[in-house]
Amino acid sequence: MEKELRLMKGNEAIAEAAIRAGADGYFGYPITPQSEILEYLMEANPQETTGMVVLQAESEVAAINMVYGGAACGKKVMTSSSSPGISLKQEGITYIAGAELPCLIVNVVRGGPGLGTIQPAQSDYFQATKGGGHGDYHLLVLAPSSVQEMADFVELAFDLAFKYRNPSMILSDGAIGQMMEKVWLKPQKKRSEELLPWATTGKPATRERNIITSLDLDPERQEKFNQKLIAKYREMEEKEVRFEEFMTEDAEYLFVAYGTSARICQKALQLARNEGIKAGLLRPITLYPFPKKRLAELADRVRGMLSVEMSAGQMVEDVMLSVNGKTRVSHYGRMGGMIPTPEEVLENMKLFIKG
Amino acid sequence: MTEEIIIAGFGGQGVLSMGKIMAYSGMMQDMEVSWMPSYGPEMRGGTANVNVILSDERISSPILRSFDTAIILNQQSMDKFEHAVKPGGMLIYDGNGITRHPQRQDISIYRIDAAEEASKMKMQKMFNMFVMGGFMKVKPILETENVIKGLKKSLPDRYHHLIPMNEQAIKRGMEIIVKV
Repeated sequence: MEKELRLMKGNEAIAEAAIRAGADGYFGYPITPQSEILEYLMEANPQETTGMVVLQAESEVAAINMVYGGAACGKKVMTSSSSPGISLKQEGITYIAGAELPCLIVNVVRGGPGLGTIQPAQSDYFQATKGGGHGDYHLLVLAPSSVQEMADFVELAFDLAFKYRNPSMILSDGAIGQMMEKVWLKPQKKRSEELLPWATTGKPATRERNIITSLDLDPERQEKFNQKLIAKYREMEEKEVRFEEFMTEDAEYLFVAYGTSARICQKALQLARNEGIKAGLLRPITLYPFPKKRLAELADRVRGMLSVEMSAGQMVEDVMLSVNGKTRVSHYGRMGGMIPTPEEVLENMKLFIKG
Repeated sequence: MTEEIIIAGFGGQGVLSMGKIMAYSGMMQDMEVSWMPSYGPEMRGGTANVNVILSDERISSPILRSFDTAIILNQQSMDKFEHAVKPGGMLIYDGNGITRHPQRQDISIYRIDAAEEASKMKMQKMFNMFVMGGFMKVKPILETENVIKGLKKSLPDRYHHLIPMNEQAIKRGMEIIVKV
């Protein structure tokens, strides 16, 4: 398959990009608003072309443990779900992080808590960036804000997962999953046949057996392992921070927003500029690692930052930690599947400016 | 040029697919496009709407509160979206089943009795393409040949033999739309 321009839903773009990135396996269980990922893969039937396995598991718990098994063999494997389903997967995710295995988990977020609603939300930020399961660990979290990024971030997320031997997450939402936009798809990559030195691929005579586990009953060794993980996270914080800026050069007030909210803020920003308000936007692309340093720099120049999220205010805490009191920070958000409009966001920026 | 459109009506009227064809046609003309459907509880209650944006520039928010053009195909949608048209904007509606006609003085209003015409021509399934033709007449940003290409892209192969009928519906829609 060559490079190709298509009109696709965000969910479909993720599925097609996974095939083209040379993924070895997808294991999932349907849930709105992301069922198109599984549906698209089932219809595309890549087993016949690239050899990629696509399987509807009996539950979310089964799916994440299939991912655990595939990842232990050094395979490029993934799963996807939406909020309640991602909660079910948390035990598997912390095991995968604890076993230092690469994989991709896609969360097309819907409103919560509990079963909540099927409409878009960004209320899983804490869960995605602060661990989600138990124990001291982080996922590498990418937040697409367009259908193009839904496609592009699949390969990026796999690359980063293998680079750090750490699970990656694409944190999207129902709006980007369901909307259609133009997307340039990359040419088909061959699936890798490399046997990774750490993976359980059968023990040759030339090395000791590889053991994949997250269990170590010796506290001294376990603490050393925790320190190793932390060193890995510090390296990610050093090297993998990604963000995008809009009109920050002369901005007096800054929107901070990711995903769908960042798109809405781009429009709010234009409306603000039309009224002579010098607004700017910082859009974190990696939510973990978070663009702390850049926000701290901008805090010296702006008069305030407004975090806009479809949640009760989650990322705003990271914004506050980043600026460490150097500038005013507030939050505006909608919940329960409600999406703020650009006009509404602008009105709230004006209220914020007034103080 | 940026055209922000909402199409709203009953499920089954072809609201989402008309939006999809617009988006495909825009793509054929090298525009940036976005198509944002309602997929939530309101859709399960029988009404459907979609936001379509066609633009020469990178599209910011795919979710909007006000629109350059509203295409309204039932009374519920009229009640909800008449006031969402920007001043100076355009409202296109099908008179079928409308009990309260649009009142606004600061927008241009067009009526297209597409349901009636489609039924007269026994082409009820092409209803949305009559409306599409009306839109293309009064808002000439999409070329017919690109809309045909868009239809080919969005329809599965097994329906391609119906494309000439769709084209006929578009042409007729262009003829029957009237300014109110």
